[in-house]
Amino acid sequence: MADIDVKIAEWKQVEVGRLVLIRRGPFTGKLAAIVEIVDHRRVLIDGPSGEEKKIVPRHVLPLAHATLTPFTIPQLPRAAGTGPVKKLWAKNEIDNKWAKSSFAQKTDRADRRKNLTDFERFKVLRLRKQARYEVQKSYAKVRAAAAKS
Amino acid sequence: MGRLTEYQVIGRHLPTEANPSPKLYRMRIFAPNTVVAKSRFWYFIAQLRKLKKANGEIVSLNVINEKRPLKVKNFGIWLRYNSRSGTHNMYKEFREMSRTEAVEALYQDMAARHRSRFGSIHILKVVEIDNVDSIRRPYIRQLLTKNLKFPLPHRAVKPGKKLFAYSRPSTFA
Repeated sequence: MADIDVKIAEWKQVEVGRLVLIRRGPFTGKLAAIVEIVDHRRVLIDGPSGEEKKIVPRHVLPLAHATLTPFTIPQLPRAAGTGPVKKLWAKNEIDNKWAKSSFAQKTDRADRRKNLTDFERFKVLRLRKQARYEVQKSYAKVRAAAAKS
Repeated sequence: MGRLTEYQVIGRHLPTEANPSPKLYRMRIFAPNTVVAKSRFWYFIAQLRKLKKANGEIVSLNVINEKRPLKVKNFGIWLRYNSRSGTHNMYKEFREMSRTEAVEALYQDMAARHRSRFGSIHILKVVEIDNVDSIRRPYIRQLLTKNLKFPLPHRAVKPGKKLFAYSRPSTFA
């Protein structure tokens, strides 16, 4: 008999303090914390980010317009005001953590690539060619050494 | 800015020689605009007092704004509505940010569950419930449990613009 190890799936929960990514509406792409759960479809969110451009004002967001992120602000009191949320946001270094996440990096890169000029796109093309050339050179070396022995 | 606004309508009987200063009547009315608000005032006052638009006047009409529109509140609403077969009284609870949003949700709910229209619903009373213990309906009570949390297990993605997808949609996580 094989031992079957059943693990409970670790879902990201909708809970007070959970950070959500807004996927639709005027604040698309911005991050906000759940401050209070209104009902099973809507939450009250607040995103007092340190950067001016990334601030999300307190409002109700349908969960259908949100993606749950793995980050939380632990022990955020229920229905905390914008001031305390901002303090805890800074204390938990949410902006830093988010900037390091692979999703944020990917979207940042996509954004930058999108806004390149034609000449910059050409430079990217050249640099990628150069990088590829170096990689293939070293790979060819390894292959040659393997064939000899 | 939602569909409905809460208005305070004050009206009275036209002054006569017998009664130069008639009694004022005040109502809080949820309506899409001022015209409907005044019309509803006359409709309700005629049911309650010997007073109608022809022998009365509106003294003042102003908007009541929500005091704290950024706070989640629980509302209890008493209403009376005419179904196809009779008149019913009802009590319902809503969890919303403002009185007007609660009433909007009420009209949607009444339309959905009972197919009743704006014209067949009378809102009797809208009360904010501060005390959690006096919440009566289990569908609101379940949202007030301590440390409430739940996952979003099955997420249906809105279909894209393309007619055919290359892969089945992922509804997991």
